[in-house]
Amino acid sequence: MMSAAITTRPPTAPVPHAPAAGGTRRRSRLRPRLELAFLLTPALLLFIGFVLIPIGVAGYYSLYSWNGFGPLTDFVGLDNYVDAFSGDVFQGAIGHNLIIAVLSVVVQLPLSIGLALLLNRKLRGRTFLRMVVFAPYVLSEAVTAVIWLLMLQPGGFVDEILRGVGLGGLVQLWLADQSLVLYTLFVVITWKYIGFGVILLLAGLQGVPAELREAAALDGASAWQTTRHVVLPLLGPTIRIWIFLSVIGSLQLFDLVWIMTLGGPANASTTMATYLVDHGFKRYEFGFGSAVAVILFIICFVFALFYQRFALRRDTAGALTGAR
Amino acid sequence: MARRNTVGYLAAFAVIGMTVVPLLFVVLGGFRTTAQINSSPAGLPGPFVWDNYFEVATSVQFWRLLGNSALIAVIATTLAVVLGSMAAFALSRYAFKGREAFYTLFTLGLLFPLGVATLPLYLWLRELNLLENPLGVAIPEAAFSLPVTIVILRPFMHAIPGELEDAALLDGAAKLGFFWRILLPLSRPALITVSVLAFVTSWNFYLLPLLVFNDSTNFTLPLGVAMFQSEHTQDTAKVLAFTALSMIPALTFFVLAERRMVGGLTGSVKG
Repeated sequence: MMSAAITTRPPTAPVPHAPAAGGTRRRSRLRPRLELAFLLTPALLLFIGFVLIPIGVAGYYSLYSWNGFGPLTDFVGLDNYVDAFSGDVFQGAIGHNLIIAVLSVVVQLPLSIGLALLLNRKLRGRTFLRMVVFAPYVLSEAVTAVIWLLMLQPGGFVDEILRGVGLGGLVQLWLADQSLVLYTLFVVITWKYIGFGVILLLAGLQGVPAELREAAALDGASAWQTTRHVVLPLLGPTIRIWIFLSVIGSLQLFDLVWIMTLGGPANASTTMATYLVDHGFKRYEFGFGSAVAVILFIICFVFALFYQRFALRRDTAGALTGAR
Repeated sequence: MARRNTVGYLAAFAVIGMTVVPLLFVVLGGFRTTAQINSSPAGLPGPFVWDNYFEVATSVQFWRLLGNSALIAVIATTLAVVLGSMAAFALSRYAFKGREAFYTLFTLGLLFPLGVATLPLYLWLRELNLLENPLGVAIPEAAFSLPVTIVILRPFMHAIPGELEDAALLDGAAKLGFFWRILLPLSRPALITVSVLAFVTSWNFYLLPLLVFNDSTNFTLPLGVAMFQSEHTQDTAKVLAFTALSMIPALTFFVLAERRMVGGLTGSVKG
């Protein structure tokens, strides 16, 4: 309070950028530094203490064989990494994550674009529609998992509906069939996250000037040509960001799988994250689990770097600084 | 034109159906008995059974889960928004060496999703004696919400005209006074957006509380829903009622804050 009183200037004094006397200059150089320290330090401590340190510490633990108790004595070098990569289950898990990621881009993206284009028309109740489409995104994955777990029970809601419309032949053991379970999960993921893509793209469509469409139409372009050559290119940045978020999300898939299948049956739906929790946490293999965490982290990080470098380069400036 | 709009309406109905039917299944199923659900899973309630909802709504368990989730989400949001707005102010309205480096450090956090770091975080929290403690969940959630908070707030604060700051300083305000009295009130829309994002993230988070809490009296709502389902596999109707009631807070919050949420998510993409 004291220092505030001292440095407070009468309205006629020059602004701090041009201090007049020597004493004031020293104080005015010190004061911003104190203010900066006061403003930045808490956030930095929180960020370093709970984001950077845990990730760094994981790298250290991953070099040991450790059950989570007592000192770290059993140094095993990179054995944990070698073990992880040479295990069938973890290889399978990586494969499952990749399948989900690829399916997301190949199936959800066209679906989102199509829906966004349709919903972008002047329909009655459009606001309501947007809210409905977006609603599943707000529910937790835990709630989503429980809902679909109950609907997909053998002889449950989904089976009954299929039989009711004469498609009883399609009924499957949705979550118990090893060759099907991953795709069932993908449908649930799509249900939960499609609204997010649609909302992003609708916002992107708002940025496409109506004049451009009109000009294209005047030049004789068909609706399809206008969409393909005018609208889609302008949606580029939105689509690229969506792909990024979608792939990163697919690589970390956990909640839904853990609640619906625990990675089963027979590891048919194990993901990297469920594998990580299963081994690191449930079996007390903390050194090994840490190695898996580091692998998962590196995969996400490498993807993010490459994607930033090659796909997002044009957009990042906007993406990181252009919040409204 | 008429034909194209018909297609639009058809698509709209299909989308509404796909989205709403599972939600209706849960809500309406809660009004039936398990025997009715088992004999006809897709049937409608008739007559309406209120017992399931009544039992859940009067159980200590449900309200405790709700309270735990709310407490953690409020702490996490407050921490993230207070510390994040201070940092965003420093990074947007002060000129100093290393400013961009600090900013890049925080934006790097966007690449470190909480899910990836959970196991090491668990070990770290155990070291700090924060297991079985709401703070053990709230503090890391706040830390992982900082990057997006700063990324949204900084450009917003940066865009507020420098003349306002000069005028405030001329009138004798200290720089921190300008932050508190003028900049923060002007940043309200962005502050609401980041609060909503941080709150929803915390509210729905599953993996970290799963590891941190062993004692089910500490559980949050997502953990509770999953636990309730696995403990009452024979009583589908009650699970449905429980799930339906647990959706209400998120959906209500969403209806109230929809604009902010959508704005926040799309704002960071628009460029």
